[in-house]
Amino acid sequence: MSDPLPPAPPRWRPWLPFLGIAAIAGSLAAALAWTAGWLTPARVTAPRLVDTIENGKPFVGFRRAHARGVCVAGHFEPTAEGAALSKARVFTQPRTPALGRMSIGGGDPNGPEAMARVRSLALQLDTDDGQQWRLAMNSFPFFAVSTPQAFAEQILASRPDPATGKPDPAKQQAFAERHPEVLRFMAWAQSAPWSDSYANTAYHGVHAFRFTNAAGESRFVRWSFVPQAPFKDFPADQRQAAEASHLADELGARLAGGPVRWTLAVTLAEPGDPVEDPSQPWPEERTRVAAGTFVLERAYPEAEGNCRDINFDPTLLPSGIAASRDPVLAARAAAYAVSFHRRQRERAGQEAN
Amino acid sequence: MDAKTHYDRTARWLHWAMAAMILALVFIGAGMVASLEARPWLIELHRPLGLLVLLLAVLRLWHRRRHPPPPLPDSVPPLQARAARASHALLYGLMFAMPLLGWAMSSAGGYPVVLPGGWVLPALAPQDAALYTWLRGAHGVLGYAFFGVILLHLSGALYHAWVRRDGVFEAMAGRR
Repeated sequence: MSDPLPPAPPRWRPWLPFLGIAAIAGSLAAALAWTAGWLTPARVTAPRLVDTIENGKPFVGFRRAHARGVCVAGHFEPTAEGAALSKARVFTQPRTPALGRMSIGGGDPNGPEAMARVRSLALQLDTDDGQQWRLAMNSFPFFAVSTPQAFAEQILASRPDPATGKPDPAKQQAFAERHPEVLRFMAWAQSAPWSDSYANTAYHGVHAFRFTNAAGESRFVRWSFVPQAPFKDFPADQRQAAEASHLADELGARLAGGPVRWTLAVTLAEPGDPVEDPSQPWPEERTRVAAGTFVLERAYPEAEGNCRDINFDPTLLPSGIAASRDPVLAARAAAYAVSFHRRQRERAGQEAN
Repeated sequence: MDAKTHYDRTARWLHWAMAAMILALVFIGAGMVASLEARPWLIELHRPLGLLVLLLAVLRLWHRRRHPPPPLPDSVPPLQARAARASHALLYGLMFAMPLLGWAMSSAGGYPVVLPGGWVLPALAPQDAALYTWLRGAHGVLGYAFFGVILLHLSGALYHAWVRRDGVFEAMAGRR
């Protein structure tokens, strides 16, 4: 700087500002590409998880999971015990209209209902304050694995081997060794009794949520919809012989005789109970509170504008109920959004043609 | 502050605050459609922040009409001046379009638009599969287009700052 005669600037000097501009714009673009997951093909993103579920052969226009189902409608009636746990309007409004869907697990919209190990109940409760509570519940009491990455791995490990048409036992074995929590789920799938109806099946929220009451007291809970209809066994030979639409047909016939009810049972966590791992059940002796009754009045086929067009995202919650930091719960929201976008786009394409 | 050469304080505050918010929105948006774990809290950030941008965009356009921006110096070639005006119009258009598309696509998808504190906004569109698809597609594509225009805008600004040194950058960035 103090030289009286500085040397002539090098020839690249005039390009320096342009290099700087390109570096800044390029870094920003690269940062966005990284955020969107484009630079990390091995990272399981929401679209990639849904790709894995589709396995290149999606059932066009259907939910990527729980593709076969029936719409239901009814209402929810809370108890004072429920209102003591959460300030959500659903626990103070005498009756909240409920729209929902009962379905079987799996991506095949034509799968035989009686043979499905997993049954589900999804609901949307619309309260008069404009808020919504969406629930996505399953007949399994806990999730198979503790992370969405393990879930993606499980799908790959369970995929049928093209040579045998069956999953490769060695891959399944290796998966179970890496994620031993899956053994508990497999034991449930093996031994849990089969009921003969959607109506006498229990549906579990599986994930932990945080309830906050009007006094501002918060606690973690899990909930189940416990059927009031009596359990009736559904033996293997009857399941084999049943029509593909058995559960939906049976529900329709049952509802002709009057509504079907479930009790919303809220289980209260105690300190130390896992609230971020859906594969770990809480001890049986935890306090359970009857927080309300779900009354199912009608069932009808899926069609445009009804439950077909609802994304039952279990993280859409009213004030007074909040999600835990369970990564599988968050992954549900992410994957359901991808599935919803894809199937609605496919439906829109079908309707335009 | 000379109104002939510099944006006024309000305009500069609005510009820089919104620049930060809009860039954050693009990153949150791209992140929340990819991420398996972060979607629920990212969307709860994205929604009110997007609506805040809509509110500020209204304020900004109103302010701009009352306090016109300084003209470009005569040294800027006419073609570049036209490109600058077009990109500014595009940026303003997107500031309004993106939040409105996001709001409308939520409504068309059947999602309630709930703000922190439980405030529920009215639906901006009827619940409809085809409409949702269209709006969701537009919100995604225009989001990336917005980012592209922002990069051009930023590159142009730095070109004025470092190559032309004609005071255009300082009109918005100057600290006087």
